[in-house]
Amino acid sequence: MLGRLRDVAGWREKAMDPVPSTLSVLRDLLSKDDPGLGEALVGKGVQAAVNKVLVREDAPLKPGDEVAFLPPMSGG
Amino acid sequence: MAVRVQTEAFDPGALLSAFSAGRRQSGGIVSFTGLARDATDGAAVTTLELDAYPGFTEPAIAAMETQAHGRFAVQDLLIVHRYGPIQAGEAIVFVAAAAEHRRAAFEAADFLMDYLKTRAPFWKKETGPDGERWIEPRPSDYDDVKRWS
Repeated sequence: MLGRLRDVAGWREKAMDPVPSTLSVLRDLLSKDDPGLGEALVGKGVQAAVNKVLVREDAPLKPGDEVAFLPPMSGG
Repeated sequence: MAVRVQTEAFDPGALLSAFSAGRRQSGGIVSFTGLARDATDGAAVTTLELDAYPGFTEPAIAAMETQAHGRFAVQDLLIVHRYGPIQAGEAIVFVAAAAEHRRAAFEAADFLMDYLKTRAPFWKKETGPDGERWIEPRPSDYDDVKRWS
């Protein structure tokens, strides 16, 4: 979780076990635990990256993958 | 060509000296240092915190650097950007451009700063007496970057 999403979630990193099969399954799981976070994850301009590469659509996940949720960037 | 994204404070003067040392082919070097202000639009800022995504932020900035190299006749570029908590008066960003002729160096530094201010993957939080707020680029920052399109 980056930027304000870290504040919304109250954590920065979390290991998921078992590994959700796709990005959207992961979002659903996180949303079930924390509906406020779930809403923030689909907020305007929020992007997701798998293994440090932005993904536009849903994406399959496998053990060891790193998923990041990125709110709109503020620039430097 | 170099990009550094780091939490450690840096000395802009030392960076400029090191960047300038031993250059015999360059006619000029332009550098820019960005500092953390103690107020934004009149609202006091006690702490600025930049969040970065290590492994993602550097390649994005390196891509901007490659663009600058393609666009301007520069010989070398250096970009140093801090993240983590930053106190007012401390340097956040340093950009230097070396070129045979000054115009390319001025333009490359200007271009890089406009890109960094809008497109660099950082997330910025200001803390002041009224609490915390996450910052997005200002409309003027977007106008600045449009000059290059």
